[in-house]
Amino acid sequence: MTTAKVLSVSKSNSKTSLQSRFANNEKLLGIAFILPSLIGFSVFFALPAIRSLFISFTEWNLLSPATYVGLSNYQTLFADERFWRSLGTTFAYVSWNIPLQTVLAIFIAVMMERIQNSSFLRGLIVLPWLLPNVVVALLWLWMLDPTLGIINVGLKAIGLPPQPFLGSPDQAIPSIALINIWRHAGYTAILVFVGLKTIPKSLYEAAQIDGASAWKQFWSITLPLLRPVLVFVLVTSLIGSFQIFDTVAIAERNAGPAGSTRVIIYYIYQQVFERGINMGLATAASVVLFLILISVTLFQLRFLRAGQSDLADYS
Amino acid sequence: MTTRASHYTSPNQIDAPQRRTRSWNSLGTIIAWVVIAVILLITFFPFLWVIRTALTNSDAIFSNTSSLFPVDPTISNFERVLGLVDPASVVSQGGANVSAGVLDFWLYLRNTIIVAGSITIGQCLFSAMAAYAFARFHFPFRDRLFVIYLTGLMVPGIVLFIPNFVVVRQLGWIGTFQGIIAPSFLMTPFAIFFMRQFFLGLNTELEEAALLDGATKFGVFWRIALPLMRGPLLTLAVLTFIGSWNDYLWPLLVGRDESVRVLTVALGIFRQQTPQGAPDWSGLMAGAGVAIVPTLILFVFFGRRVVDSVQFSGFK
Repeated sequence: MTTAKVLSVSKSNSKTSLQSRFANNEKLLGIAFILPSLIGFSVFFALPAIRSLFISFTEWNLLSPATYVGLSNYQTLFADERFWRSLGTTFAYVSWNIPLQTVLAIFIAVMMERIQNSSFLRGLIVLPWLLPNVVVALLWLWMLDPTLGIINVGLKAIGLPPQPFLGSPDQAIPSIALINIWRHAGYTAILVFVGLKTIPKSLYEAAQIDGASAWKQFWSITLPLLRPVLVFVLVTSLIGSFQIFDTVAIAERNAGPAGSTRVIIYYIYQQVFERGINMGLATAASVVLFLILISVTLFQLRFLRAGQSDLADYS
Repeated sequence: MTTRASHYTSPNQIDAPQRRTRSWNSLGTIIAWVVIAVILLITFFPFLWVIRTALTNSDAIFSNTSSLFPVDPTISNFERVLGLVDPASVVSQGGANVSAGVLDFWLYLRNTIIVAGSITIGQCLFSAMAAYAFARFHFPFRDRLFVIYLTGLMVPGIVLFIPNFVVVRQLGWIGTFQGIIAPSFLMTPFAIFFMRQFFLGLNTELEEAALLDGATKFGVFWRIALPLMRGPLLTLAVLTFIGSWNDYLWPLLVGRDESVRVLTVALGIFRQQTPQGAPDWSGLMAGAGVAIVPTLILFVFFGRRVVDSVQFSGFK
């Protein structure tokens, strides 16, 4: 590295005052520069992550000292029907949310690519992603209101029966998924769009000469070459999707109707703040969620062969 | 991941004019425009609806549900939310379905600015310092530490929230600004990763020249490298600010107290206070509308940067 050479030169020139030695000592300065972030990382990332594991083996209500109870929190958790139901609800939400959102994002991205110079468009389309979840949930709560909401007014206008949406146990989770698709589809489309731009144009030209239709080109060139970006998109959006909370907390009361929207984070939240403080059980559930996320991610990376690029096959 | 200039330049390359000779003719382009128009309509209709509802007289909300424009237009909802009129007086004047809940907007706005502002300043400064050290300095355990930071990207928030809640509680910081700010004040793995990529893409010649001229290494960072990173820093600042502005769960856990309550938490509580059957929609929408004004302002000025940063994250 060239900086190292320069360092030795500047060292010999430098004044020997303490201050200047500090300002020039790479090791000291490096540590000083890292220190704030290291404190932040240790106190609020690394230690908490480890501590979570410890707390999950204790019974603790924050008021009296924690007592070690071994695996009993996990046993309680796995025996709790509400826990399994909340996991099921979360999976249902994810499977409504992710496939629709990803397909829609790919569709939007392909359409955007058809349009010359769509940078302004990309700016507009990312806007919902910048809004607070709370505001997004509120405005859709209003638009999806069973009696007064504009969506039902619109449905009635075209002769369809009004729907209960967030007010019915069957439709609440799909509705919440749709709300978050509205918020995230544009953002995801931009990620996919970046991937589209990396595909060499010569491939399409060659395919055209061979007489391949646009549809065929999409399936045999675009989609396979998009895979690295799609892996990134799927991994990150799945991790986010599993942690759905804000929309549920705002759009539904007490994870209603009839507990049908009690997603896993809401379950954890209730263990701490609504059902008597039970830190052990709450962290045990969060550890389980973490393990699920890791497995899902690893499975995706393996299944989608994230490390390999299909581009190599074409060169 | 560690290649130099590629990440820095790629967002710009994307917009390079492209000559494309696909078999899709003008018909395809027309279809694309139509589809995009529909998408934009779906994207922006809710915004229109927020404004329409917020400007509608709260008495007319129930009678006129299909009008696309404000019914009996009024700014009284905004006045109510902003505390310019006493909601009790509106209720007593026979305003049906008006929430008596007050959204002490200016207080919550101040709180949110304090929280989002502090987090933005702290996180950008300390992350930039750490990123510069990772990119330029040699010190023990540098690369190993960086990898450990990166793994922090993958830990879901909820795993950290509960122990962090405990820490903040032990520090006696529940219901204080420190409590809300602390966890993201000193770093986030993403911020360090983001800045490091840009520092790596920065040509070292200027910095070396300054060192030869007798500048200290700290001086080089503070007076040369950091100013050169104005653009990426600003982007990071905008993203961080919007992110902390939007945060809900963490401030809900540690900052419910009126004195430190941020807008998102306040809106959530305001929503809980409205009656079950007939929420105060016009008031809620006015509140939601004003809560996103800062986001919209930032978006107008820095939207381009936000898009670029999204494109950047697709490359990591």
